[in-house]
Amino acid sequence: MALPTKPKGREGSPWTGLWAVVAKEMADHLTSARMQILEILIVLTAVGTGYAALQQISGSGNNEEQFLFLKLFTSAREPLPAFAGFLGFLVPLVAIALAFDAINGEFNRRTASRVLSQPIYRDALLLGKFLGAVFTLALVLAAIWLLVMGVGLLGLGLPPSGEEVARSLLFLLATIAYGGFWIALAMLFSTIFRQSATAALASIAVWLFFAAFWEILVSLAAQSLSPIQFGFLEEFLAQTQLRLTLSRFSPNTLFAEATMALLRPAVRSLGLLLPFELEGAVLGAPLPVGQSLLLIWPQLTGMIAATILLFVLGYVSFQRREIRT
Amino acid sequence: MGNLIIETKNLTKKYGDFVAVDSLNLKVHQGEIFGMLGPNGSGKTTTILMLLGLTEPTSGEVQVLGFDPSRQPLSVKSRAGYIPDQVGFYDELTARENLMYIAKLNGLPRSEAYKRIDEAFERVGLSQVADQRVGTYSRGMRQRLAVADVLIKKPELIIMDEPTLGLDPELAHEFLKLSRELADSGITILLSSHLLYQVQEVCDRVGLFHRGRMVLEGTVNKLAQDVLGAGYVVRIQANGSQAGFTETLKQIPGVANVEFKTPDTYLLKATKDLRTEAARAVINAGGQLKSLDLETPSLDDIYNAYFSEVNHGITHETKRA
Repeated sequence: MALPTKPKGREGSPWTGLWAVVAKEMADHLTSARMQILEILIVLTAVGTGYAALQQISGSGNNEEQFLFLKLFTSAREPLPAFAGFLGFLVPLVAIALAFDAINGEFNRRTASRVLSQPIYRDALLLGKFLGAVFTLALVLAAIWLLVMGVGLLGLGLPPSGEEVARSLLFLLATIAYGGFWIALAMLFSTIFRQSATAALASIAVWLFFAAFWEILVSLAAQSLSPIQFGFLEEFLAQTQLRLTLSRFSPNTLFAEATMALLRPAVRSLGLLLPFELEGAVLGAPLPVGQSLLLIWPQLTGMIAATILLFVLGYVSFQRREIRT
Repeated sequence: MGNLIIETKNLTKKYGDFVAVDSLNLKVHQGEIFGMLGPNGSGKTTTILMLLGLTEPTSGEVQVLGFDPSRQPLSVKSRAGYIPDQVGFYDELTARENLMYIAKLNGLPRSEAYKRIDEAFERVGLSQVADQRVGTYSRGMRQRLAVADVLIKKPELIIMDEPTLGLDPELAHEFLKLSRELADSGITILLSSHLLYQVQEVCDRVGLFHRGRMVLEGTVNKLAQDVLGAGYVVRIQANGSQAGFTETLKQIPGVANVEFKTPDTYLLKATKDLRTEAARAVINAGGQLKSLDLETPSLDDIYNAYFSEVNHGITHETKRA
């Protein structure tokens, strides 16, 4: 309860020492064996899926198509999923690995009281650790983004258009935001659970829940809450609508939708499209970047809002925590 | 006496119904070593955390170096160093990197940080191993590193929680000598311990903690007089009498109490040094005197005497209730 509730404010800025913490965290992450293993994993994924995508693209012989570069991220060749799909799977793991022992690790190593007896607030430690993890993730993802672009340049032999660069950069940003959600979640658990292993397991359990079980639960819930009794169109619509809404509580769904809209310019809606809504549309014609961004705006803000919410919960839990172990 | 460095008024900390620190009035002056002594769970660590603003007092006032730790924690923490019990370091970093992080958290410019870190290593005698990973350090080295760690902020006050815990007697002695040197250079030191015999040689004043209260306070000699009722303890080893010497010794004028410790060993408590009289009494009684020592009052004795009184008091009360 280091946060004084008295009317008079605290002395000095809560961010004193923030950048010292960020620098230390990034240095720790980038040299840790844990990160190096994950980096190798992601680089292999990038090269593997990029190469598979290249084969797929040149195999199809359809080189007239627009947005070849974006296809690098999205086209897949059995049995490998596409790179974007892989990231949706791997980024949470990396994020959890970066943050699951952020706070309880300090307590277990008995460094917490020593660090907090320096002239900094707990705010700086917590935010510093969060930013350190986010920047590390951003650095790794940016390197991989460049790698995929490099593979593309070599393999396709033509430079990406401005539109493609903009879209893939937005995809990079969305991936970082998605990672931020998992970092905030792992960090919340690291303030709640005293054991790092428990925090890691809890984070992985949540990840598994959303990755494997959420969709099943959503279909069950949609079928029972909004059953199709008479086969009317309205019933089908209501059920699908409910299913979509529930499904969007999962960060995985939000990320998948954001990815789809950003990397497939032809996608013009993430919800239901009724035939009359397509009247006058040129099917298959790509949307401009701005319109795609507008399309995924709710998904992006949703992910960021969830991240902030989790961070705030972690903040409250950390501020309330007694320093003595 | 120098300036007041620490002052608390009716400082109280409650965890729910449990009172961890109860109306503590503590005064520590500049340049002295004050020992907070007491069993585990007597409120020492909680007091320390409140002094540093790491936990909020439930009521009462605290002033550390002229600042209120809960309102101006940064001012307090940039001037006061804290060595927690079982201090931890980042094992995978070198000692220098560990200190560099602390220097950065204190907002020291890089060149100043390098200078102070070198000085601190020099002072605690770790210059040779400064670039080794802390994981390779022994317990004694870690404890010295902890001192270096607080020295880089050039503290006016150092607070140590159980600093000698887990050190062997020689290392503990060495560590306390280092503390004495620091105090002599003008740094005020507040340390807590339950290893009384170790800290009594180094503390200028001590406070005895019991169930959240500071029940006794003063120099070790003053406490001995207050609690043991007598300032001098003579240990006598003698044999040659069937009946023992207890009665003989008790008859010496000025003896407060005679305790039969082990066969042939007696503890004589008195208000003055009665060695000559005791020796004469033993020899006159036909005994053989084997040894005769004046014991300095030990904090352990004071402590045991005090708490056996307190516990008796409690058992009487419960019986009456």
